[in-house]
Amino acid sequence: MVHVDPHEAGAVPAIELTGATKRFRTPSGTLHTAVRELDLTVAPGEFVAVVGPTGCGKSTTLTLVSGLEEPTEGEVRVYGEPVSGINGHVGFVFQQDAVFPWRTVLSNVMAGPRFRGVPADEARERARDWLSRVGLSAFEDRYPHQLSGGMRKRVALAQTFVNDPRILLMDEPFSALDVQTRALMSDQLLELWAGTGSSVVFVTHDLDEAIALADRVVVMTAGPATVKEVFTVDLPRPRSVEAVRLQPRFVELYREIWASLGEEVRITRERGAGRAA
Amino acid sequence: MPLETAVAAPAASRTEVRERAARNRKVGVYGARAAVLAGFLGLWEVCSRTGVIDPFNFSQPSRIWDQIRQWVTHGTAQGSLGEQIGYTLYEALTGWVLGVVGGVLLGIALGRVRFLADVFGPYIKVLNAIPRIVLAPIFLIWFGLGPASKVASAVVLVFFPVFFNAFQGAREVDRNLVANARILGASNRKVTLQVVVPAATTWIFTSLHVSFGFALIGAIVGEYIGATKGLGLMVAAAQGTFNAAGVYAAMTILAVVALFTEGLLTFAEKRLFRWKPADAGDGR
Repeated sequence: MVHVDPHEAGAVPAIELTGATKRFRTPSGTLHTAVRELDLTVAPGEFVAVVGPTGCGKSTTLTLVSGLEEPTEGEVRVYGEPVSGINGHVGFVFQQDAVFPWRTVLSNVMAGPRFRGVPADEARERARDWLSRVGLSAFEDRYPHQLSGGMRKRVALAQTFVNDPRILLMDEPFSALDVQTRALMSDQLLELWAGTGSSVVFVTHDLDEAIALADRVVVMTAGPATVKEVFTVDLPRPRSVEAVRLQPRFVELYREIWASLGEEVRITRERGAGRAA
Repeated sequence: MPLETAVAAPAASRTEVRERAARNRKVGVYGARAAVLAGFLGLWEVCSRTGVIDPFNFSQPSRIWDQIRQWVTHGTAQGSLGEQIGYTLYEALTGWVLGVVGGVLLGIALGRVRFLADVFGPYIKVLNAIPRIVLAPIFLIWFGLGPASKVASAVVLVFFPVFFNAFQGAREVDRNLVANARILGASNRKVTLQVVVPAATTWIFTSLHVSFGFALIGAIVGEYIGATKGLGLMVAAAQGTFNAAGVYAAMTILAVVALFTEGLLTFAEKRLFRWKPADAGDGR
């Protein structure tokens, strides 16, 4: 993997958030700040993992990049263009199941190209190609409820990758899976991603997963979220998620990043306890 | 092979025992059901024959049966029995289809477009608050004695439950599914047609079951108030000649018709919801 330095002069970053702030009006009428003054740059082809305490606003950051939500203040740019509405180059893998339960596996993967006006035959061909890459060719006629959680997630990956996104946003995609399936899925994700050259922003609360997958790990503060610290993961690629965990450098990085992240987790927990009391 | 059977024998016999128990239980349930029906009808028959209840008011099963047989073989005063059933079904079905189409279209439109919901919401609530069955006499004045007035009362009865369910269904579509469709490239129209409509069908179908019953009620009440044909008219005519057996007989025929159409709907639902897990789909 060619590693591109995001701060290199002249390179247009894939994603650029500058001073992005997002406030929501809660049902009780008060303003809730989810993201505050967030600056983040992601280079083309870079894999960035975002870690932070639960509920700090990591997911909101992704919805800002995807165009599902607009920032209250600040600016979000994708390949130099300000984000307004959904960007066709963006793919999004959701935390919960978001495959369409009334469509078969094949039809689910075809959905993206069909929505974009690709003829059915071509869409079917592309969908079959991606289904074989995620190893689900034999299941194309099944409905999602007939699959396991891991298989549904693979459908979601194929459904996203079939659109050839230049930017891939992933919101704790594997958090609902069991530990073994999660490791397999992580490896599969790295494999799928390796060929595409797309940029990935991967939100997770699992630091192991973040280090194993990413080029850089961004630590967020307790909510409202803003970037606290950024760590470069200098582990060689291609990586195998299980093997990389055993490397001394991995442990070193883990200790370093956890020192930063742990503090924010503690702040969040103390706040939660204060609220509960 | 002998070894295998020897090992498998106790397990197999245990499965067999369980299967037999399940079968026995099923037979028991059906038997008990039949016994309840027979007991009820028998008690009714005996009570009216011995004069415990007045057969003139309460009739008796044998007379009701005779009445049905007479209608089947000799026709009713209004024409053949099949024609009466056909009329009522025609009115109910037409009203049901119109009410369902209107309810679904409006429900989804208002569920999707906030502005429409804000404007029309209060009016629909007011209309829904009117006890709609009292509209039947008005429809009789407007549309005459023919099927149109019955269709109209069926429509107003069917429309509201279907509308509210479609509206709710369109509102409560999983936000993740909508967001996913939009990211994948769906336009607003495609989100409505390919995400909201299929997601709302579960809600809509629940209302279809109930609302077909309402359509029948609308048709029958309309016929009862004034008509030239139909099961409701038969009830009214039987009542007018103090023929209690006739009223019960018409009711029995109605129940059979309603059960039959309910069965058809359940069949259609099973075909349509193949994508649903079998255990979660059935609300019973």
